[in-house]
Amino acid sequence: MPERPAGTLYRGREGMWSWLAHRVTGFLIFFFLLVHVLDTSLVRISPETYNSIIGSYKNPVMGLAEAGLVAAVVFHAFNGIRVILVDFWAKGPKYQRTMLWIVIGLFVVTMAGFLPRHLAHVFGGQ
Amino acid sequence: MPYRPMPELATPRAPQRGLLHRQGNADMYAWLFMRVSGVLLVVLIFGHLFVNLVSGRGIQAIDFAFVAGKWANPLWQLWDLIMLWLAMAHGTNGVRTIINDYAERPGARLGFKIVLYGSAALVVILGTLVIFTFNPCPPSSPADLLPSFCNG
Ligand code: HEM
Ligand code: HEM
Repeated sequence: MPERPAGTLYRGREGMWSWLAHRVTGFLIFFFLLVHVLDTSLVRISPETYNSIIGSYKNPVMGLAEAGLVAAVVFHAFNGIRVILVDFWAKGPKYQRTMLWIVIGLFVVTMAGFLPRHLAHVFGGQ
Repeated sequence: MPYRPMPELATPRAPQRGLLHRQGNADMYAWLFMRVSGVLLVVLIFGHLFVNLVSGRGIQAIDFAFVAGKWANPLWQLWDLIMLWLAMAHGTNGVRTIINDYAERPGARLGFKIVLYGSAALVVILGTLVIFTFNPCPPSSPADLLPSFCNG
């Protein structure tokens, strides 16, 4: 029996990095969600409690963390669709690399639409 | 190369049988579930992020009255309920895979999974109760913190 795991990184190219990014983003979103349900549950304690916790999130540092969360969700979602297409679409395996570039392109476009608006909310106050 | 026929398997894709393989096709169902839930989650989560983060005043608008305004509508209750269950099931199953990949010792595996399933169950139960027991107009709360329909 080997003492150490052989490791789960293989010497792939883009496919390895997209797989790793999918794993890391999925893991992060899961832990965000655990905390998110807990802080949402404060609405059952009192309006004051909920508002004070949510209010403490309304600062630039948390604003940037929210942007990071959205980036993780957007990548995981688009790449997840790609994984699904590779598995179910007859031509998926053939176009998997092309589809990764489409995922990256859609990611950039989505974030370019989202970031200015979100940052205006965060830094512009209103 | 001399011609060699393929070995014959009666039903190569049938689940393995026998005492140690009672699981049957569980892993195949988990694999399928990740894909089906993924497609639904795209719609649910993008909709959630758009309404809560992009539209109107975005993050600045979120407070008790905002949540109360949404959950007064059964559609948003159902939306959040399905999103909660699907995202937690999808995420828990995904993290289970990650544990299987990295935790080699059986004891460690079991330990991580007990923590994973325990916290997932708590969060799903808590989140479900919060949606169903929510009161948008709690008595004796300052009116300016409540949605406008409470003062009618
Ligand atoms: C920074 C981004 C996010 C913000 C500002 C946000 C905000 C909120 C708010 C205000 C609520 C209360 C109810 C409602 O408005 O529908 C809520 C509930 C919820 N959110 Fe989010 N959310 C964010 C991201 C996410 C993500 C990425 C997920 C999924 C992975 C998610 C899943 C949920 C769920 C399941 C509930 C219901 C919780 C319960 O049952 O108590 N949210 N969120
Ligand atoms: C937004 C829509 C989503 C889509 C389209 C999606 C799609 C997928 C797919 C297809 C897989 C399977 C990958 C494989 O078998 O190789 C997967 C894995 C995973 N997902 Fe998602 N997902 C979504 C949202 C989420 C959310 C909200 C979470 C966290 C709560 C999450 C956490 C994970 C985790 C932890 C894995 C396992 C990663 C691994 O084994 O490497 N996903 N996702």
